[in-house]
Amino acid sequence: MKLSYYPGCTLKNHAKNFEDSTLCSLEYLGIEVEEIPRWNCCGTVFSLATDDLMHHLAPIRNLIRVKESGSDSVMTLCSMCFNTLKAANLRMKSEPEDLEKINDFMYKEDIKYEGDVKVLHLLEILRDEIKFENLAKKVKNPLKNLKIANYYGCLLVRPKEIGIDNMENPTIMEDLLLALGADPIDFPYKTECCASYQTVDKPEIVADRTYSILTSACGLGAEAVAVSCPLCAFNLDQRQKKTLEKYPDFKTVPVLYFSQLMAIALDCSEESLGFDLHYIDPKPLLKEKKLI
Amino acid sequence: MRVNISKNKIEDPFVLKVQELSGQNLLACYQCGKCSAGCPAVNQMDILPNQIIRFAQLGFKDELLKSRAIWICESCFMCNSRCPKGINIAEVIEALRQILLRKREDHLKVERMSGDEKEDVPPIALISSMRKFTS
Repeated sequence: MKLSYYPGCTLKNHAKNFEDSTLCSLEYLGIEVEEIPRWNCCGTVFSLATDDLMHHLAPIRNLIRVKESGSDSVMTLCSMCFNTLKAANLRMKSEPEDLEKINDFMYKEDIKYEGDVKVLHLLEILRDEIKFENLAKKVKNPLKNLKIANYYGCLLVRPKEIGIDNMENPTIMEDLLLALGADPIDFPYKTECCASYQTVDKPEIVADRTYSILTSACGLGAEAVAVSCPLCAFNLDQRQKKTLEKYPDFKTVPVLYFSQLMAIALDCSEESLGFDLHYIDPKPLLKEKKLI
Repeated sequence: MRVNISKNKIEDPFVLKVQELSGQNLLACYQCGKCSAGCPAVNQMDILPNQIIRFAQLGFKDELLKSRAIWICESCFMCNSRCPKGINIAEVIEALRQILLRKREDHLKVERMSGDEKEDVPPIALISSMRKFTS
């Protein structure tokens, strides 16, 4: 199997461990990954105003790059990239007039876009193509006795036509973690937004949200929290510093990408896990569980 | 709270503009309040999501455009997913932000941020914040 891959901006710096652990895991699973050439930032958020076509150019250009590379589907890791690319594509499919305007504007592109690139998230590929039962057979280092709360946030599951699982009670990450041998912990805040980009100018709101989300997860027994979005990861991990300043009773907890947990289970190299990028170091917990 | 409802406000082009930019039929709302019940940000809002829709129906332009709530919403789509009438409340709030941003009334003052503040956050946060809060 060969996959076209769109990384997005943050996967190359703050979330390098998300990318590295994914690529290492997929290589181990025998899947070839090709980064699409000349990709640009997707814009991170899908424009919601009806007349704002200009901001759909960035995601659509990336989908043209996918076609140019000879593929008709693209894998994303970041929830925000996934949402933006898929939403822009859906709009092009459902609004032929918009598609025409966009194509006219991008007349210098060699390919006329037709709304025909399938945007997939890695979790979907693991569930639907590789399949969790096949993944389970490849696990070398099962995540035994590791209690993980899975945090989905908003853009992986909403809106309905974009989301990869049930909007109110998604279980795709729990199913993955079960295949990796871990103990997933259910908790009520798993689809509650982490306050997203408010982290730039209103970090105190993120601290409130991080406190509620992580305290709930830990109260139900979680030893770590798994995420699928670099912004959720930043808010839930790096913003624990601010959370602790605001709430002295707050108990810190490691936050990992699901791909890092997969890479540990598949016995990937420690360099691919990039623990130096974490604020709360997951190593003591993983050592205690004899996983690294 | 004293509220003045008038035909003039209801017929203000502002109401049509909100409907046009959001693509939503404001009058479909019957005030069940599920949007506000599910919203994770209500504790920071001065007007709740269901009130935003009511105010928009009635043409309460100043109350809406001066509210803190429209900048607190982070478009997480919880309200949209729970609305029994299929109204996309997040799109209505985006329309309100757009009305201000198109007059170059930026909410985020990037030029006032220090280099450290900008370096502290990942690109995904800076870009999304600028996309939502600047013109």
